[in-house]
Amino acid sequence: MGTRWFGAPVQRTEDPRLLRGRGTYVDDIALPEMVHAAVLRSPYAHARIRHIDASAARALPGVHLVLTAEDLGELLEPSPLLVPHPALTQPRTQLPLARDEVHYAGAAVAFVVAEDRYLAEDALELIDVDYEPLPVVASLEQAVAEGGPLVHADVPGNVAAHLVQRVGDPEGVMASAPHVLRERFVMERGSAMPMEGRGVVARWDPHEGMLTCWMSTQGPIPIRNGLAAMFRLPEHKVRVVAPDVGGGFGTKIMMFYPEEILTPLAALRLGRPVKWIEDRAEHFLSANQERGQIHDVEYAFNDEGILLAVRDVFLHDTGAYTPYGIIVPIITACTLPGPYRLRHYYSEFTVLYTNKVPVSPYRGAGRPHAVFVMERIMDRIAEELGLDPLEVRSRNFIRPDEFPWDVGLVYQDGGPTIYDSGNYQAGLERLKEALGYEQFRAEQRRAREEGRYLGVGVACYVEGTGIGPYEGAQVRVESDGRVYVSTGVTTQGQAHQTTFAQIVADQLGVDPRDVLVTTGDSQAFYWGVGTFASRAATVAGSAIHLAAVKVREKAKQIAADLFEASPEDIELADGKVFVRDAPQRALTLGQVAIASNPLRYSYGENARKLMQMQLAGPRPGPALPEERGGPGLEATAFYSPPRGTFASGAHGAIVEVDPRTGLVTFLKYVAVHDCGRVINPLVVEGQVHGGVAQGIGGAFYERLVFNEEGQLLNGSFMDYLLPTVEEIPPLQVEHVETPSPLNPLGVKGAGEAGTIPVAALFASALDDALAPFGLRIREMPLDPCRLLQLLRERQNT
Amino acid sequence: MYAFEEPGSPPQFCEEYDLTVTVNGCLYQRRIPVRMLLSDFLRHELHLTGTHVGCEHGVCGCCTVLLNGEAVRSCLLLAVQVDNMALTTIEGLAGSAEELHPIQRAFQEKHALQCGFCTPGFIMSIHAFLHEHPDPDEREIRQGLAGNLCRCTGYQNIVEAVKLAAHYLRSSQSQREEA
Repeated sequence: MGTRWFGAPVQRTEDPRLLRGRGTYVDDIALPEMVHAAVLRSPYAHARIRHIDASAARALPGVHLVLTAEDLGELLEPSPLLVPHPALTQPRTQLPLARDEVHYAGAAVAFVVAEDRYLAEDALELIDVDYEPLPVVASLEQAVAEGGPLVHADVPGNVAAHLVQRVGDPEGVMASAPHVLRERFVMERGSAMPMEGRGVVARWDPHEGMLTCWMSTQGPIPIRNGLAAMFRLPEHKVRVVAPDVGGGFGTKIMMFYPEEILTPLAALRLGRPVKWIEDRAEHFLSANQERGQIHDVEYAFNDEGILLAVRDVFLHDTGAYTPYGIIVPIITACTLPGPYRLRHYYSEFTVLYTNKVPVSPYRGAGRPHAVFVMERIMDRIAEELGLDPLEVRSRNFIRPDEFPWDVGLVYQDGGPTIYDSGNYQAGLERLKEALGYEQFRAEQRRAREEGRYLGVGVACYVEGTGIGPYEGAQVRVESDGRVYVSTGVTTQGQAHQTTFAQIVADQLGVDPRDVLVTTGDSQAFYWGVGTFASRAATVAGSAIHLAAVKVREKAKQIAADLFEASPEDIELADGKVFVRDAPQRALTLGQVAIASNPLRYSYGENARKLMQMQLAGPRPGPALPEERGGPGLEATAFYSPPRGTFASGAHGAIVEVDPRTGLVTFLKYVAVHDCGRVINPLVVEGQVHGGVAQGIGGAFYERLVFNEEGQLLNGSFMDYLLPTVEEIPPLQVEHVETPSPLNPLGVKGAGEAGTIPVAALFASALDDALAPFGLRIREMPLDPCRLLQLLRERQNT
Repeated sequence: MYAFEEPGSPPQFCEEYDLTVTVNGCLYQRRIPVRMLLSDFLRHELHLTGTHVGCEHGVCGCCTVLLNGEAVRSCLLLAVQVDNMALTTIEGLAGSAEELHPIQRAFQEKHALQCGFCTPGFIMSIHAFLHEHPDPDEREIRQGLAGNLCRCTGYQNIVEAVKLAAHYLRSSQSQREEA
């Protein structure tokens, strides 16, 4: 069995539809009699709700429904805690509508349904809410302040969780180490900002007793299960579909956003389809955010630059709630050791509530913070000892013969953090060469003589990907020979229609264009989790592979029976099933599919041809032999990984800084990337490009600025700066392929990787460029103004 | 939306207007509220949902359409402002349902889209840009694309697609001239 399509740069089969403007995003769905919803949001970050008067809104012509907390009955329940953890002693999740108190500016207070969205927004203005403002916790510093305000009155010290992990003897090693340094690193909030906001369309069909919801989500199956329980419907009578989704990046893997409950509820109450579409202003105030952490780290190293021990104590801003448990800080803690042989490590974090939008994973999910800390350490060791920063990294790398490498920590999925495979030195060598690292120093000297400030930065990372619990897939050959695949994960631009088809095409000997893939429809595939944690290709891809292998074996068995040959002598290629060494004894895959279903009534050309063939003698037993496992050329398979698989990479860049303006220009950017075996290099490179761009945004442009009242000050695209094409340099992507031994495809996740090392690399490059000023970057994200400020502070000391 | 304003006097109900507009070569007449945005008119009245709405404040470029050949943001216009004018949307770009416009083809060949949400806006902007700059260099391309945001691709492949599309358009132009 060759692997012709796996690894090939196949053009995406989903493109023609999307290019013609014929995609179906949630807001493109229009149903007869549909009405439109808008959400009234709290203008205060923390306030008591004394009274809500919605009578004027209810009286407005064209308004069909106004919901406040008191209208929700038994649905006024906090959303489920998605990932409980023993260290999370004070979990808090959100009500669908705020009852007595609001905990962040943007929290949903009322839900209006009207004839159109314009009218619904008119009605919002008529709702009178009497708020009593309460003291606000707007930052991590305020959250930990003694005797300061509380986000939740019953959560002392605003502490949601506290977790300590320890490997080896960090205190003992540190006490006798030749060099010990201590630093503070600060990361501020950013946001995923998919170009499409969130959205829900819900329809209740009383004839079928069926609730159908189209949602811009990354996890329709858990939402289906949740809605069924909430509305007391059988699970198979709730269908949740993620149609075309305009980007997710983690922010759409939530359960529940209030609107995901309120929109179906309104559809059930009104008996009419209801649409709610989040606009950008709302997205800034109500879609989950991430990245706020403060690290106090102490680290010890010897004269050779070997890192001996790390003691990292950090605060994590979870916003007003902990919908996603403490996944993000756990990932930070487990990512920090990175590609290095760290044997003595103390990690302690405290998760704190603030009066801000809740936090859940956003592309990178706690990893950029960890990589920032560790790579800053590596650069500092180099500086202190006068060593080359790449050499310091090399000396500390885990060697290829040391895998599997047990980091000694418990990972986010509750399993051990064990690296399955990797070749970090190979990646760094590739980076060094592609970057022109050796030649750069001369160039830097020349530039500096001309008064220009050039710098080189590198950052290495290891990324846990492809975690469980499981995914599944069904693969079925239809009677026209085309292959139908369905799986529970969703697609937000990752090209699953193409890459999953490539996996199947190799097993069944068909063209990927003849493989039709359905993702994210709870009625098409019943079981599954969702697309997050860089896991779709690894976990769902493996399930699809296993199902396709089963179908192939079944096709061989059926053809062997028809040809009176041995299954070992049957091959599949070019859409045909034939006897090896006798290719004239062949059927199309469609004919085998028909033969697999022993009906008397078959239609179409394939069926006619099959009937005409005198294939076999009198039938010896039942029409559908038991060992066939049922009719049809189809199979279902599930894949549950033993644990996550760890991808890795090394990025490097050469930047030029203008110390008069604080502007930074990338002169060169190289990403060396190892995600195991590559299914489609076009797709993987695209993922890396996009990740790096998002990382550059997170390093130098995108910072959500809140004032002391917890008000977001830059909640528009005019003020929160997503990078445009002018900020993103040409990117060079290099692949190193270290297959994962954990899954049948040898793949590792690729979705988040690009974003993870960028902030660290950027800091490294700035330090290098501005070495004459003695600057050391300890915070992210920066922006030109902040960089100037730091330079001025430096010049004044 | 302006949900945070203090509740005040009841909103004024909107006047209506009889709009006549040509979209993708078809003449449409519709009675619409004067406050309706052009983007909403295209999407919800004409069901031309290829024009996407990403920010509703004129920054992201997802809603870009051609108004009398020029690229405009349909979220920053009221539908009544295009009375008696001609619009082209993404649905009207390719000649038929089977073929792709050279810009669309270049996007597929260069993997210049991922989630596809910003793509129609980019393609419409590029259409206007290449009309003005048939043989652009990389710097001009980057300037020309700076008014559209993409969150998936990192732009690199979009820049490559523009180069390829410019090449396709120039060769079809010279073929036409030879004929």
